[in-house]
Amino acid sequence: MTAAVDVPEGRRTLPLAAPGYEPPQPRMAFFTDTTVCIGCKACEVACKEWNDIPETPFAWTGESYDNTSALGANTWRHVAFIEQRLPQITREAQEGRFAAPGDERVDLAGVGTSGLAGDPGAGSPGDVGSPAGGDIRWLMSSDVCKHCTTAACLDVCPTGALFKTEFATVVVQPDVCNGCGYCVPACPYGVIDRRPDDGRVWKCTLCYDRLKVGAEPACAKACPTDSINVGTLEAMTTMARERLDEVVAAGVPGAQLYGEPGGNGHGVDGTGALFLLLDDPEVYGLPPDPIATTKHLPSMWRAAAVAGGLLLAAVAAACTGGRR
Amino acid sequence: MVPAAELRSYYDRPVIKAPVWTWEIPWYFFVGGLAGASAVLAAGARIAGQGRLARSARLAAGAATVVSPALLVADLGRPARFHHMLRVFKPTSPMSMGTWVLTTFGPAAVGSAALAELRWLPGLQRVAEGVAAALGPGMATYTAVLFADTAVPVWHEARRDLPAVFAGSAAASAGALAAITTPPRHAGPARRLTLLGSALELGAAEVMRHRLGDLGEPYEQGDAGRFARASRLLTAAGGMLVALAGRRGRLPAAVGGTLVLAGSVCQRWAVYRAGFASAADPRYVVGQQRARLRARAGAPG
Ligand code: SF4
Ligand code: SF4
Repeated sequence: MTAAVDVPEGRRTLPLAAPGYEPPQPRMAFFTDTTVCIGCKACEVACKEWNDIPETPFAWTGESYDNTSALGANTWRHVAFIEQRLPQITREAQEGRFAAPGDERVDLAGVGTSGLAGDPGAGSPGDVGSPAGGDIRWLMSSDVCKHCTTAACLDVCPTGALFKTEFATVVVQPDVCNGCGYCVPACPYGVIDRRPDDGRVWKCTLCYDRLKVGAEPACAKACPTDSINVGTLEAMTTMARERLDEVVAAGVPGAQLYGEPGGNGHGVDGTGALFLLLDDPEVYGLPPDPIATTKHLPSMWRAAAVAGGLLLAAVAAACTGGRR
Repeated sequence: MVPAAELRSYYDRPVIKAPVWTWEIPWYFFVGGLAGASAVLAAGARIAGQGRLARSARLAAGAATVVSPALLVADLGRPARFHHMLRVFKPTSPMSMGTWVLTTFGPAAVGSAALAELRWLPGLQRVAEGVAAALGPGMATYTAVLFADTAVPVWHEARRDLPAVFAGSAAASAGALAAITTPPRHAGPARRLTLLGSALELGAAEVMRHRLGDLGEPYEQGDAGRFARASRLLTAAGGMLVALAGRRGRLPAAVGGTLVLAGSVCQRWAVYRAGFASAADPRYVVGQQRARLRARAGAPG
């Protein structure tokens, strides 16, 4: 799978003379196919390099191969590593090896180094085969900003620093952001964050600068397995659905798409970053049913109006009834 | 909500980011609410012909308004860029709306107090007083919408009740401060406002916690729990004291009023801290979303 970047050739500047964009830009999106991710972290590194992101303090977490832990102001791509016992419960149970039927919720604490010694990475991470000593599966997934259709971060930004580009991606303007921090808890995916030393917020731009000149984002470029793909949302959606069908046909359990408008991207009206996952989103640290809370603004303002009315009524009641 | 044992997460790490705000924010919520409700009280007292009380409330609104922007600017990551807030008017952002409310309310409240003290331009003073009173309820409640419009479960799921909690808390604090600063024989309305505000604050907070159900757990634990309990106690005791003994002398009014003010501060700190606890624990975020998915699928449970 080669990442396709459908940017008109040769256009290197904004068409300032024309009102709007002619022809309109197709919406650009990521498709991260976690089934082929090998956890090499080339995307993390390439992103840091290209975007000149400050280093992240290093610490051993003891959480598989993940010492980056989460997306943040200085981490715009984050590779998650999940170690699981095999979900092929029935067959394993029949063989009397481990786990009772129905015992699907596997205690990760029980996965020790003895399991790792069998090198679960020998096949692809989605492999659910049962090599000797390797009764676990290892999931890897490169997480990123979802570039939501309805982006709460953008909606709540009081300075207009966050904006939608011509590619329908969500980008922060560092010269405008005043670090009010509102976008940080507004993002339902915990993506955007403030740099303490800098005071402003930072996140993935879907390589706005590269898209503009027709180059694919740094992470996708560096990904050696084409786990990260970039193209028009349409192309990425098609690719994701085809790949899902393939994986399901191959009998891999738990496969699901993440971020489609009708599915778990429902509350943000779909995203500009699709994922093919092999387990529930929360296993990867993703919210199973995110919403852009700005959708509830009318009811919130209504509640505020009622409360304001109560305040007026309280003062009116207090002030009628004399001095005592 | 899914029991902790069944709930899956990524190494128990938070799914959403906790706010990056610091102590200035809960204090601003208190001070801004105090300013807003005091401005309403000032106008109410003036209309009711209670000049002495109106003066106290006007001065309180003016003083609280002077402090407010300083707290807000100090909390910014780039304080020197505070004016970037003024480059857009953005109805989808409660902070933008709040900025414009404060930008209009501020000069009105301060101007009203200053002109009244100086006895200058009485016509303009009345206009300023009217503007401040009209925006006062907005000052007291927009902050609740600001919190509610985040992915933080304990805030967003309380979106129907949080504004009433803040409005009650603001009314109680404005009444309490006026009861402290006004001679008791002129302070009847202030005492009644303290009582009404305290009742609204306590009642709305109770309803909020009840409706939050399991998601409201942070209000019972840790820092937020301590602030919530302190707030209940201080507000109830102070409110009773002001209402029952406030007219007998300045001392009971001062003691009761101070308790109510402290209760109002604790209320904002409880809400603020509960948000952090709620954001930090994937149980709340994932559990609530799983419950929502189940409800949407029509499955029992
Ligand atoms: S809300 Fe979060 S995930 Fe969506 S565009 Fe903003 S930062 Fe990205
Ligand atoms: S921190 Fe910056 S980008 Fe985020 S809401 Fe505030 S001004 Fe906008």
